Amino acid sequence: MDAFYIILTASLFSISCGLLGSFLILRKMAMVGDAISHAVLPGIVIAFLMTGTRDSFDMIVGAAMLGVFTTFLIEFFHKRARLQTDAAIGVTFTWLFALGIILISLYAGQVDLDQECVLYGEIAYVPLDLWITQTGLIMGPKAIYVALFILLVNIGFLMIGYRNLYMTTFDPAFAASIGISVSLWNYLLMGAVSMTTVAAFDSVGAILVVALFVVPPATAYLLSHQLKTMMWLTVGFSIFISIVGYYLAVAIDGSIAGAIVTIAGILFAVVFLFAPGQGIFRSKTKQTQDATIEPNLFERENLT
Amino acid sequence: MEVLIEFFSFQDPNVVSVVVGAILLTASSAVVGTFTFLKKKALVGDAVAHAVLPGICLAFLLSGNKNPFFLIVGAFITGWISLVLVDTITARSKLKEDTAIALILSVFFGLGILMLTYIQHTGNAAQTGLQSFLFGKAAALVGQDLWVFGIVAVILIVTVVLFFKELTLIAFDEHFAHAIGLPVRGLNLLLTSLTVMAVVTGIQAVGVVLMAAMLITPAAAARFWTDDVRLMTFLAALMGAFSGLSGAFVSYTAPTMPTGPWIVMIISMIAIFSFFFAPARGIISNTVRQRNQQAQIMQENLLKELYRLGEKEENHFQERSVQELIEKRHFPKRPLKAALRQLKRRGYLTHHHGLWQLTQNGKAKGRRVVKLHRLWELYLSKYMKIEPDHVHEDAETIEHVITPELEAQLEALLDYPEVDPHDSKIPY
Amino acid sequence: MKVDAKDVAVEFHDLTVSYDKKPVLWNIDMTLPKGALIGIIGPNGAGKSTLIKSAMGLLPLSSGYVRIFDKALDDVRRWVSYVPQRETVDWDFPTSVLDVVLMGRYARLGLLARPKKEDKEIAMNCLQKVGMEAYSKRQISQLSGGQQQRVFLARALAQEADLYFMDEPFAGVDAATESAILEVLQELTAQGKTVIVVHHDLQSAAEFFDWIILLNMRLIASGPIDQVFTNEYLQEAYGGKLTVLSEVSELIKKRRLPSREKY
Repeated sequence: MDAFYIILTASLFSISCGLLGSFLILRKMAMVGDAISHAVLPGIVIAFLMTGTRDSFDMIVGAAMLGVFTTFLIEFFHKRARLQTDAAIGVTFTWLFALGIILISLYAGQVDLDQECVLYGEIAYVPLDLWITQTGLIMGPKAIYVALFILLVNIGFLMIGYRNLYMTTFDPAFAASIGISVSLWNYLLMGAVSMTTVAAFDSVGAILVVALFVVPPATAYLLSHQLKTMMWLTVGFSIFISIVGYYLAVAIDGSIAGAIVTIAGILFAVVFLFAPGQGIFRSKTKQTQDATIEPNLFERENLT
Repeated sequence: MEVLIEFFSFQDPNVVSVVVGAILLTASSAVVGTFTFLKKKALVGDAVAHAVLPGICLAFLLSGNKNPFFLIVGAFITGWISLVLVDTITARSKLKEDTAIALILSVFFGLGILMLTYIQHTGNAAQTGLQSFLFGKAAALVGQDLWVFGIVAVILIVTVVLFFKELTLIAFDEHFAHAIGLPVRGLNLLLTSLTVMAVVTGIQAVGVVLMAAMLITPAAAARFWTDDVRLMTFLAALMGAFSGLSGAFVSYTAPTMPTGPWIVMIISMIAIFSFFFAPARGIISNTVRQRNQQAQIMQENLLKELYRLGEKEENHFQERSVQELIEKRHFPKRPLKAALRQLKRRGYLTHHHGLWQLTQNGKAKGRRVVKLHRLWELYLSKYMKIEPDHVHEDAETIEHVITPELEAQLEALLDYPEVDPHDSKIPY
Repeated sequence: MKVDAKDVAVEFHDLTVSYDKKPVLWNIDMTLPKGALIGIIGPNGAGKSTLIKSAMGLLPLSSGYVRIFDKALDDVRRWVSYVPQRETVDWDFPTSVLDVVLMGRYARLGLLARPKKEDKEIAMNCLQKVGMEAYSKRQISQLSGGQQQRVFLARALAQEADLYFMDEPFAGVDAATESAILEVLQELTAQGKTVIVVHHDLQSAAEFFDWIILLNMRLIASGPIDQVFTNEYLQEAYGGKLTVLSEVSELIKKRRLPSREKY
């Protein structure tokens, strides 16, 4: 039963991350996702100190605000201080992550978090933290409910926002021309990413959550021609890596989150190398494509 | 305070080695980071930093001990592989660079964590301390380790100094470097190797997770203080070294504190301070400069209006009250008073019994603004075919911007005209 | 030289636009007629794309305004279509040709409303008009440059607008696509719709358009082709930037002034 609980929790979180991650990688914002996942750490510690719980709704929302603030801060450094984007991302997230680790060390006695947990979570303990109702009924591990709730929120968000996210991702100028607010949808997506990161943090840690955002959708992207196919494949991969990863971890007695990510990496490698039209076959297709690209003789005046 | 004195008296021989080590490690990565920053490849360093973890674990698994030489080799190999993979994925699939970096970074780190936890659970006694690679521990750097990493750091710095010119050029303009016959491929290879080596040494101080900061943040901070690459590299090294020193101090006084986060916190504070307060590029100085400019524009407008009133009444030295100025030219009261006071201090106006009067200097200055305004109006209508009724607004701004050189150019271009498009006389 | 339009589709009033505080368009003031095929011509960096982007509200204006059909953009957005430059989007995006064209219908649908059968039919019709109906299921990365441009055109058609802004639709397309696009544009104007096209090739410009806007950071000329497409104006447009103007632009950027002062 424990194995089932752990695999279920991992799958639910991976699916949430993977669905949002599909949009992140198509928006070329994978590294912003990485930055958010690091930067929510101080938010988690502070929210934990204030609310005293790790999985209440307030705590998740409070900590997630810091993720949105991170996106804002990166933009602020980029626009107001005119710092190049990659450096703005790098400076912001390392700073906030360092702050989080320092806070954990300072409040080591009061915060039920340690440095290892920050890095790779403790999904193995999921079955131990049970939700028991006031009447004494055992409802099963709390984490599963949190994961399920987050997944439902994300699915709701994506169902309502699918079309606008799709348009602002593919062609932001066109989307703006028909009156869709590009920055609003950007911040909504970042909000969802932050919230999911915070919720998944307990189980997989701040850094490995990035792998769940990026690796399954990137693998699915190589195999699909339709955004919806890509998202369905991502769901499938998320479940697959959760199951296989769990048993790998059990087999060699290592971190479950680490094993899940390792399996995700191996899956990506296989697809990259052997998928039709990709990997080792891709070199050919890319060359023929290059040949059809016309010389770029016209202006790119916006770049001046 | 006592601890501070104790620390800096260097009585404890351990302190000396820790300080030397921390400074060398952080300074060398800051120096190398300057070039990855300038090449706009800052985040690649993050991928390398995470990717060295499995290398370290693998080296430990194979050798069974923590010999720094093996660990460096292992880290160097996986660090390199990660960079090659990022390039391969970007070049040979439709995935973009940011996805490739995030993917390689997280997968290698996941693999590293899996191996690290595996090693921990095997109960091998020699493994204790491998974790310090995660968040760094400057104080633990003693004996053989110090020598090995110290030497590597010195080699890094010396290499950068030797190839400074070439590295600057490939960071600035690779095509040009290629055109003048520099071995661009070789130099890029060198820079990549330097980056990997800088990461491998730097993680001793700050750890894998935050290593990216040691490459990016000092360079980003230094960039705000200078436009000169040499000075920038030097400043980055200095800032890096200072944060390393502080980290060593924290490590010494509070052994339970992780060193890496403190070093990163200090360098980040330096960087954020620079973003706001650096004299030429900082946010605050930009705002202050803009405010000063607004004030100056206000003063110039005031002199201009005084001149124009004088022109109309054919008496430039007429004394006027604040009330009159507000009535005739609609200046907002408070900025007007501030501007009047400023102009008096600078000798453009005099003030008697509540009345203001232009001085000779003030009249000349007002005349110049009026002249520039009218010259620009003429330029707009003559060369840009803009209707005379649309030129005034534009000239309101441009009159404050034109330099004496441009003024001369405009005069020559328009052939020292007599009147502007509204038939007002252009004063010389 | 400026000819005022009789039946006005778009009015630019004293428009100044800056990128990063540096003015790239100065005091554009003109009116454009309804039902015309209008070309915006000028050298590189003249601000051609900037002009239509600012008309679509995609860039902040330093001063002036744009009115479309004598209304503010937000009141008539439904009737205005914008076609960005082809290479501003990632053609590796996992989506099909038909989905891209359907985007043209989304502006009319609510947040949750799904495209109806009718919308799909319109989208297919538009694909047919540009000769791409056989490709509707294709993934967009498999298209050639010319085909990509046709898909963008089909999306614009699906919007059923009255005014079209197109950024370089003829750039880097094959001859067959060029004539196919031109045919569609001419058909649109024949129906009384207005089409405004950024164009970089002088030679074909003479054949394509009925009305020409010559631009080089400032408006050189705007009017019917026979009055504007003269050696004199072309030379003025292509004779390099005005040095004084560019220097002043640089100065404004360096001092980070707002290009219009405010009290």
